[in-house]
Amino acid sequence: MPRKPRLAVFKFASCDGCQLSLLDAEDELLAICDRVEIAHFAEASSDLQPGPYDVALVEGSITTEEDAARIRRVRADSKFLMTIGACATAGGIQSLRNWGQIDEWVQSVYPSPEFIRTLATSSAIADHVLVDFALHGCPINHHQLVDILVALAEGRQPRVPSHSVCLDCKHRGTVCHVVARGIPCLGPVTQSGCGAICPAYDRGCYGCFGPSQPANTTSLVSQFRIHGHSPEKLVPLLRSFNAAAPEFQHASEQLVILRPSNEGCRS
Amino acid sequence: MVTPVSPIYFAKSQLQFLIDVLRHRGYSVVGPTVDQEAIVYSEIQSIDQLPQGWTDEQAPGHYRLKKRDDESLFGFVVGPHSWKKYLFPPKTTLLSAERTESGWQFITRSADTTKFALLGVRACELAAMRIQDQVFLDGPYQDPLYRERREQLFVIAVNCTQAASTCFCTSMKTGPRCEKGFDLALTEIDSGFLCEVGSERGREVLDVFVNLARRASEGTSVVSNTDNDNVISPSIDDATPEQLRLAENARQQAVAQITKHMETSDLPGLLLSNLDHPRWKDVGERCLSCTNCTMVCPTCFCSSVTEVRDLNMDRVERERTWDSCFNPDFSYLGGSLVRNDTASRYRQWLTHKLDGWHAQFGTSGCVGCGRCITWCPVGIDITEEVAAIREGASP
Ligand code: SF4
Ligand code: SF4
Ligand code: SF4
Ligand code: SF4
Repeated sequence: MPRKPRLAVFKFASCDGCQLSLLDAEDELLAICDRVEIAHFAEASSDLQPGPYDVALVEGSITTEEDAARIRRVRADSKFLMTIGACATAGGIQSLRNWGQIDEWVQSVYPSPEFIRTLATSSAIADHVLVDFALHGCPINHHQLVDILVALAEGRQPRVPSHSVCLDCKHRGTVCHVVARGIPCLGPVTQSGCGAICPAYDRGCYGCFGPSQPANTTSLVSQFRIHGHSPEKLVPLLRSFNAAAPEFQHASEQLVILRPSNEGCRS
Repeated sequence: MVTPVSPIYFAKSQLQFLIDVLRHRGYSVVGPTVDQEAIVYSEIQSIDQLPQGWTDEQAPGHYRLKKRDDESLFGFVVGPHSWKKYLFPPKTTLLSAERTESGWQFITRSADTTKFALLGVRACELAAMRIQDQVFLDGPYQDPLYRERREQLFVIAVNCTQAASTCFCTSMKTGPRCEKGFDLALTEIDSGFLCEVGSERGREVLDVFVNLARRASEGTSVVSNTDNDNVISPSIDDATPEQLRLAENARQQAVAQITKHMETSDLPGLLLSNLDHPRWKDVGERCLSCTNCTMVCPTCFCSSVTEVRDLNMDRVERERTWDSCFNPDFSYLGGSLVRNDTASRYRQWLTHKLDGWHAQFGTSGCVGCGRCITWCPVGIDITEEVAAIREGASP
């Protein structure tokens, strides 16, 4: 029997929710441990073994000089590097700082700002090192994560669809909010992964799983404008967990140009 | 061959007896009902669940549920759901296999015994069913689930008495009159329904229904006769010439309201001989590749089949789910995407639907129901796209 792949989990700027989904996969956890050796996973065990690793799961974005250096070491130590979640894949909600002045933010948020040393931006892991696979979601879908880990152990292709949330809405029989209620919904430009939960509960999609393939935000946003939605409403919709994903960023910046007052939303 | 029966007239409330008769015969009756701010199809037990007094307002990328100023039960057109979800469900397990000591044991799907009675099928939807019959039943490979459900299906059609701005069944020669493919067909007029028979099965159900409704209405008419001296017109009987005229007027109203048109004289042919037309790029810039049009289309039949296994590899299930030519992954072949941009995917949908379908199945793949127009989040209109290709087309 071939050696089990060695798995490591690394955290950067993030809330830990994505790594926790690995622990949440209670039913599958033992079977995963049969197939992979968990060598480094601080959230689960203090026994942190050194590299090299076969697979590194990277959660979180790069927001400090130290982390920018650390991700290069992780890359050097890992054969296959996979980002998990919106922070690692697109910069996360914390990339909202990219549109502000970092010094002002630090001054207004922290009681002792002199202790804070940070970069002006929150950036995706792929902006720093080569990423072999990106798993989207805020948080990720643990079924997808388990499938990828097993696929890696078995040497087959993982099954992670890149189509829009709309396909899942239609499978469920959910009536489209954009068409039937005029609600702005990011589903047509968002990758599937959640099973279209929000539309099934009377909300538009918030875009947790990031841009789909393709993500024609230009066409969708101009339709929302025809429906009478203002940039004041649409910019925050586009600027959430995946604000800095290129397709969403581009669309929100186009809208900012249209805003009568662009206060608080510099770009 | 069904011996013609002259249409029967019955009062609105009697429709409940028809539902009762069908349910008594083991049918799960599905019909239109209001849910999620739209008129959708779902199982019903009572006529109270029908969209009484509701209608739909439709335009490209636009649907709104609206109150009517009367109490019509079928005063709307077609909605976001189509009947295909009952015959070709969005997700089905086709087969499973279990590991045993002596090897893999394959477990085939057991025959489906669900009997559906569909209430409120419109003419374009009857045409769509005929098209899906060809897809799933003609030729050497039949779809067993579709066949089992189709054979047991009971269809109560309803003639449209109004049309949406997105309807173009008259162009596709599929409606609005229900002519074949039903067991019973209703036309709603102010006071009640006219009912035609389309099959032996339909006649049998109608006979039982008429007896039941007559017995019940005799009971009530005795009571009402003592209350007043007016002669009460029977609530179920052969339709009078006046009722026939009212029904014909109601059906003509739908014809008169249809404004959308798709020219079909150069279809098939037009699209496949204009594969490099600049309009493909133009629509590719507007289209989201979101799949909504193909999902709501009552004739689109594409699916993906995936083997889903448990982690220990003790059980595998073969799942079939609705899929679409707008899903980029759907054209993944030999390690790459065959249709790698939205324009080529839109072109695939339109050329298949309106052009290639003829060679494949001998008909158009479009019945003119207008769903893809209404339910496209950005309101792309299939009739306008065809017209634009025709302009500046190569001869
Ligand atoms: S509700 Fe949103 S995700 Fe669902 S079909 Fe409509 S646009 Fe797509
Ligand atoms: S292509 Fe559009 S109009 Fe034609 S049958 Fe399909 S959904 Fe209806
Ligand atoms: S138009 Fe597309 S989804 Fe519909 S049947 Fe053809 S290939 Fe399939
Ligand atoms: S035509 Fe409309 S509904 Fe169809 S894939 Fe394109 S945007 Fe979606």
